[in-house]
Amino acid sequence: MPVETLALTNEEVQRYSRHLILPEVGVEGQLKLKQARVLLVGTGGLGAPMALYLGAAGVGTLGLIDFDTVDASNLQRQVIHTTKDIGRKKLDSAAEAITAINPNVQVVRHDVALTSENALQIIRDYDIVADGTDNFPTRYLVNDACVLLKKPNAYGSIFRFEGQASVFAYEDGPCYRCLYPEPPPPGLVPSCAEGGVLGILPGIIGLVQATEVVKLILGIGDTLKGRLLLYDALGMKFRELKLRRNPECPVCGDHPTVTQLIDYQQFCGVPKTATPAEANEIEPQDVKSRIDRNDNFFLLDVREPHEHKIANIPYATLIPLGELPKRLAEIPRDREIVVHCKSGVRSAKGAALLRENGFTRVLNMKGGILAWSDKVDPKVPKY
Amino acid sequence: MAKILIPTALRQYAAQQASVEIGGATVADLLRSLTTQHADLRKHLYNDEGKLRSFVNVYVNDEDIRYLSKESTPVADADTVSIVPSIAGGR
Repeated sequence: MPVETLALTNEEVQRYSRHLILPEVGVEGQLKLKQARVLLVGTGGLGAPMALYLGAAGVGTLGLIDFDTVDASNLQRQVIHTTKDIGRKKLDSAAEAITAINPNVQVVRHDVALTSENALQIIRDYDIVADGTDNFPTRYLVNDACVLLKKPNAYGSIFRFEGQASVFAYEDGPCYRCLYPEPPPPGLVPSCAEGGVLGILPGIIGLVQATEVVKLILGIGDTLKGRLLLYDALGMKFRELKLRRNPECPVCGDHPTVTQLIDYQQFCGVPKTATPAEANEIEPQDVKSRIDRNDNFFLLDVREPHEHKIANIPYATLIPLGELPKRLAEIPRDREIVVHCKSGVRSAKGAALLRENGFTRVLNMKGGILAWSDKVDPKVPKY
Repeated sequence: MAKILIPTALRQYAAQQASVEIGGATVADLLRSLTTQHADLRKHLYNDEGKLRSFVNVYVNDEDIRYLSKESTPVADADTVSIVPSIAGGR
C-alpha cells in the first residue's frame, strides 16, 4: 500500500506528536513506521527493550519468536516480563505488555524455535530482522537467512559487561560471517547463564538495535552498516571498528558457496543428543546417597568462588575450572571423583580434563547444583 | 609502547587487566610478548597450529588486521590494538 493512501487517526496524531514535530520523522515517517514489519528473534534481554520501544514508537507489525517461558532469573533484565508472569509463555507476556503500551501495534506470535526448516518462511514476511538470540547456531542461521532474503539485520550481542552492535546484510554491507567467519567451538565462550550479565547491559545494546531499526525504516541518519560498535559498561566507553564485506564470504561474498540454509548445530560443532558422555554421568540423588553412606569419593565443585558463596554442597571441594590444570595435585588419585558445577556444562569439561590427566574414575553430576536443588535439597537456592 | 585492550572474556587469563602496554614492531611481536607474560591466554588466541583463532579478531586502531598485513601489520607506539572475540549472549 503506498504511504499516501494511509492516514494517522486522531489518537495516533496525539500519541506520536513528539515524532510528528521532528522534521526528520513527520507524518510521512510515522506512516512508514506504521507500515513497517519488524521481526524480533527472541524476547529476552535484547528483545525486551526492543519490543517495548519499537511498539511505543509505532512500528505497525512486530513479530516475536520465542518458545520459552518466563523464569524468575529473567526478571533482572528482561523488563517486558513481570513477576506475575513467571511460568507464562514469554510470547504472551511480551504481547500483553506491547499492547498495553500501544494497542495500535499488531503483534504476531511465532511460538517456535527458529530452525533451518522454518526460518526463510517466517523471515520472508518481514522488512527488518533484529537478532536478540543467545547462541551461535541461531546467530549464524539468522544471518544466513537475512542475507539470502536480503533483509537487513540489526545485530546486538552481550557478555557480562560488554556489548557489540552492528547492521548486517544491508545494501552492499557486510554480514555476520564477514565479521566472524566461524563460531568458537562449543564450551569455549561461556553463555550469559554461565558467565553472568549485568542486567542493564541488554537494555543499552537492545536500544542501540531498536534505534537502528527505526533509522532503517525512516531512511535517515548513518546506520551501523560497515561498523562494529563496542560498548564497555565498566569503562563506560563506546568504540567503533571498521567492518568490511569480505569478497570471499561464503554467504554474501562474490562467489557464495552457501546458497541455502545449512545444519547450524553441526556448523557450530554442537554434538548430537545422546552422546557417550551419559555413561560418565551420575544423578544428584545418587551423589546424595553416596554422601549419606560415607562412600569414600571426592566431590569436586569447579565453579567460581563467588558462585560458591551463593549456593554450595558442604561436602564438596572448590577448585574453579580455570585453576584446575595447576591444582591437580590436590585431587586424590585413589578415589572416585564426582565433578559438579551450576548446570553440568563446566563440570563436563572439568571431568574431561581430569581424564586427560590420567584420572580413571571420573563422573559428572548431571544438571549441576540446580538439579541438586530440584532433586535433593530445595533449601539450596537456584541462581 | 602500544596499548593492547583485553576483552572481558579474556581478562581472567591476563591477571584481570583491561589493557596492557607492550613494545613491539608488529602485531605478531605484541601478541607474542602478551602470551609470554600471560601463558594462559595463548590457547584462547591461537589454535593448535599456532594460527589466530577465526572467532578472535584483532584490530590496530579501528582497522581489522585481516585487511592490513594480518599479523605482520606494523604497530606504532601510539597505536591501540584491540582483541575482539565473538560473543553470542542476548537473553
